Amino acid sequence: MDVKDIIKPENLVYSKSKVLTDTVMHYCPGCSHGVVHKLLAEVIEEMDIQDKTIGVSPVGCAVFAYKYINIDWQQAAHGRAPALATATKRLYPDKYVVAYQGDGDLASIGTAEIIHACNRGENIVVIFINNAIYGMTGGQMAPTTLLDMKTATTPYGRSVELNGHPLKITELVAQLEGTCYVTRQSVHTPASARRTKRAIKKALENSAQKKGTSLIEVVSTCNSNWKLSPVKANDWMVENMFPFYPLGDIKDR
Amino acid sequence: MNMKEELIIAGFGGQGVLSMGRILAYSGIIQDKEVTWMPSYGPEMRGGTANVTVIISDKRISSPILQWCDTAIVLNQQSMDKFEPMIKEGGVLLYDPNGISRHPTRKDIKVYTIDAVDLANKMEMSRVFNMVVLGAYLKVKPILETENVIKGLRKSLPERYHHLIPLNEKAIEVGMQHVKEV
Amino acid sequence: MAEKLLKKGNEAIALAAIRYGADGYFGYPITPQSEVMETLMEEMPWETTGMVVLQAESETSSINMLYGGACCGKKVMTSSSSPGISLMCEGLSYMAGAELPCLVVNVIRGGPGLGTIQPAQGDYFQAVKGGGHGDYKVIVLAPASVQEMYDFVGLSFDLAFKYRTPVMILSDGAIGQMMEKVELREPIKRLTDQEIAEKYGDWATVGKQPHRDGNIISSLSLEASEMEEINLRLQAKYQKIKENEVRYETLQCEDAEYMLVAFGSSARICESTVEMAREKGIKLGLLRPITLFPFPEEGIQKMLPQLKGVMSVELNAGQMVEDVKLAVNGKVPVEFYGRMGGSIFSPGEVFEAFSEKFNL
Repeated sequence: MDVKDIIKPENLVYSKSKVLTDTVMHYCPGCSHGVVHKLLAEVIEEMDIQDKTIGVSPVGCAVFAYKYINIDWQQAAHGRAPALATATKRLYPDKYVVAYQGDGDLASIGTAEIIHACNRGENIVVIFINNAIYGMTGGQMAPTTLLDMKTATTPYGRSVELNGHPLKITELVAQLEGTCYVTRQSVHTPASARRTKRAIKKALENSAQKKGTSLIEVVSTCNSNWKLSPVKANDWMVENMFPFYPLGDIKDR
Repeated sequence: MNMKEELIIAGFGGQGVLSMGRILAYSGIIQDKEVTWMPSYGPEMRGGTANVTVIISDKRISSPILQWCDTAIVLNQQSMDKFEPMIKEGGVLLYDPNGISRHPTRKDIKVYTIDAVDLANKMEMSRVFNMVVLGAYLKVKPILETENVIKGLRKSLPERYHHLIPLNEKAIEVGMQHVKEV
Repeated sequence: MAEKLLKKGNEAIALAAIRYGADGYFGYPITPQSEVMETLMEEMPWETTGMVVLQAESETSSINMLYGGACCGKKVMTSSSSPGISLMCEGLSYMAGAELPCLVVNVIRGGPGLGTIQPAQGDYFQAVKGGGHGDYKVIVLAPASVQEMYDFVGLSFDLAFKYRTPVMILSDGAIGQMMEKVELREPIKRLTDQEIAEKYGDWATVGKQPHRDGNIISSLSLEASEMEEINLRLQAKYQKIKENEVRYETLQCEDAEYMLVAFGSSARICESTVEMAREKGIKLGLLRPITLFPFPEEGIQKMLPQLKGVMSVELNAGQMVEDVKLAVNGKVPVEFYGRMGGSIFSPGEVFEAFSEKFNL
């Protein structure tokens, strides 16, 4: 039996979102980015807003997000996605604007931009992938790297003396008046992925209702740079990341 | 004969030096002249000395920065020291003697005084002190018609101050009456 | 007859932005150009034309807001002064790389570093040679009057969209703070979202249209061969700009034996120097580059057969003089006179320097 004999409409139990392109993703097997891309594409399709959504991709692993989700995209300079998104949303108030950023992008070089966009209450959606490491550049310390965690630039583990504390930027922006919805999710199990999808949908709806900024942190794995297998990376995340970055809504109004 | 007046107004910040220049420049536009208004700006404006260069001309104005000036209006000692030497031979120096310890010494220029601080205080018009000076200047150098100066005043004052225009007009008149040649 | 107002150069920029149909201004306060945003906020164009005006958290953010706005096919602009422009250079490089139209106004102050708030022209190199990283150019216009501050806003947007490239108005504190007569031009309507989608929908991020895949605006290409292609395309565009967009003005050059080259406020001062020289019977002319990139090389070269010498006059340590020398290519002596740090030369000082350098 050929594969074509199996893939028939009557046998179809799942198909990828039409908003996803056919381009093969460059993400490592086990990486959370692919799942989050899929969820975002599905929500865009379900809400029928493919023609109204403008994405802003960061510098980092997700720089090529524009290759995978078939909407109009702007590729921002490192950390500046919220600035691009701010202008885009202000100039097109009826469109949906999604800034997709990693932890180095959002919580290190782009802290000013994210804090001020959230503080102004820009009606944008921010998806924040926190895997506690710089993926694209090869596993250096991120602002969210846990204490004692080994990275290329903390080969003996992150120390408070040398590197300061891991930054909980999500809790920080939750305090700002401009944010309406701040939540921390993950995508390591089907149930958690479903919750994240619901969060993305809610964030986009908030944006249509002009309620303010919605930020979804997705605690993620980077098994390649963590130097773990995908399964072990998930276990390590549950054991080490979740206690410090607890999941759930931080703010919802 | 083409008219060209190159004027420097200088004094303390807060004396209305810049706005006096602005009114003159606006009046120039109303009288269909070319004008430039070039201020000193920045921290020196805050309490220190302020000066503005105003050029009013029938023809296109080249440099807004002056080497020499036709007229200097001087309202404090620092400005006297700085600008007396910049006046062209045969030019005009107009000053308020109030607070001036070293009076002008040049013999090749025409010197006028206006007791603007005293006059304005006496008439309870201290807010329009600079208009007294402007009146004195227009008497000495009638390059613009008073009617146009009033229009210029209207243009450069925000509307919420338009009720003060009669007072300003009065101050200009007072200045015209009291200017003295030294 | 159009209304004639007395306005500062900075105010003229703001009024022009509204009347030339700008869609967005994003800026950050810095002396000596803060009146641009102040005037816009006072005018409240969002109530009339729908123009967006936003005070950003930094110049870095301003330029990236421009980046986002320009991606949308909108007419966007910012203004700043030297230190702020330095912060924007990264964004300018991105926008040049991604081929996006925008207007950046630099009201130069003295540098380096925090420098001074007084006028200077020390950012010539930064403006015409790049400033940011990589091989790129921006079109640079140098206004010499308040009217030109106004008019060049419209010209900048036209050029920016014609070539899909950033345009810079390179002004200085003197032109920005100076008041002159300005004649307001007939207002141009902002394009509607529908018109933008029709005009620029093939490249801009206006929302994916049914007949095409998602538009991607990026300056990134990890393939060396692709990136070289992009660079060659950019260079071809800059060549086209050089061929078509050179602008300059000459004064008393018909019979000139000597020529000053100066831009912006320096050129205004040099106009008086020329008058001084003519009174003394010296045949001096002035060439004022209006576009600094593209530089009026041919305009200078055309003059060379009749000239005994050229002097570049700038409020810096000698920057444009390098381009003057490249144009002159050793055919006649080229001298330089300048002052720095916010000090401005008078017409007489320029004349003295000129007489001394050419032994007149």
